[in-house]
Amino acid sequence: MVPDWLFQLKDFISQPWPWWIAGPMIALIMFILLSFGKEFGISANFRVMCAADGAGDMADFFKYDWKSQGWNLLVALGAMFGGYLASHYFASPDGAVAHVSATTVESLKQLGFNFQEGQVPLVPEFYSWEALFSWRGLLVIVGGGFLVGFGSRYAGGCTSGHAISGMSALQLGSMYAVIGFFLGGLFMTYVLFPLIFN
Amino acid sequence: MRMSKYILVGILFGITLYKAEAVSWYRIFEMFHFQSFHMYGIIFSAIAVGVLVVQLIKRTHMKSMEGKEIVIQDKDKRWQRYIIGGFVFGLGWALAGICPGPMFILLGSGYTVLIVFLLSAMTGTFVYGLLRSKLPH
Repeated sequence: MVPDWLFQLKDFISQPWPWWIAGPMIALIMFILLSFGKEFGISANFRVMCAADGAGDMADFFKYDWKSQGWNLLVALGAMFGGYLASHYFASPDGAVAHVSATTVESLKQLGFNFQEGQVPLVPEFYSWEALFSWRGLLVIVGGGFLVGFGSRYAGGCTSGHAISGMSALQLGSMYAVIGFFLGGLFMTYVLFPLIFN
Repeated sequence: MRMSKYILVGILFGITLYKAEAVSWYRIFEMFHFQSFHMYGIIFSAIAVGVLVVQLIKRTHMKSMEGKEIVIQDKDKRWQRYIIGGFVFGLGWALAGICPGPMFILLGSGYTVLIVFLLSAMTGTFVYGLLRSKLPH
């Protein structure tokens, strides 16, 4: 028999997590990696993957000891497992993946976005194989992916590497990067969104 | 254990971001519209605890599991690459509603189309590698 407390634990984990659990947990993850002698930063994996595919023949940037970075690919692989477990076994009681504010639901409606009571994490119109045949879907997936891959390497890190690791180490460069992230994000949100999604 | 510990850390990371809803496009939309404290709370509390963690490591000269002192590399002092690169990243983050961590997490949750996002991100990184010497840093 499976003990009762295990079910209680499962129910406990399955609730939506408040920010004050998630934030310290992310710091704990950074600490665990530091205790292994590694620095937390997910976007570095794109560079490893390019180098592993032989990009070093075409640009010196990819000629480095990428084999020593295999551990980071394992973190990414683990993150995929984590996503699978969370979505299949720890789904929220109401089935929702996003409990955004009422004001946000209103803003989403105004721009014509499909929200579906937060039952899915990503906008269905953009994130499906069929969406790749629409210009908006193509822009979000291919354009968004390109900008994220280009920008994170140019800035030397993404949300995990700069906003968490770098800021925790009080690095001025990371603060500039986070300012850059928000300037770019706000420009997209307030200037480009009305042009793209109308 | 030598390698599986990294997978375990990744699993913890995946469950955390998924359950905190940080993987959601809608949460990123909400954040950039300043309509909820949620995402800011995650980032600020992570940094607050993170600063304590880093200070503890530095002051106690803590050693890693391999027995070496933990060193956190200083970032470059110049600002151009961070502001410009960060701006480009921000454009993509707000448009796609996901950053690299959530991309892997959602790929694992069943969004197979994110393979295309991953390939695009690799292309972006590759193009940066090609243009690197010509870009201001």
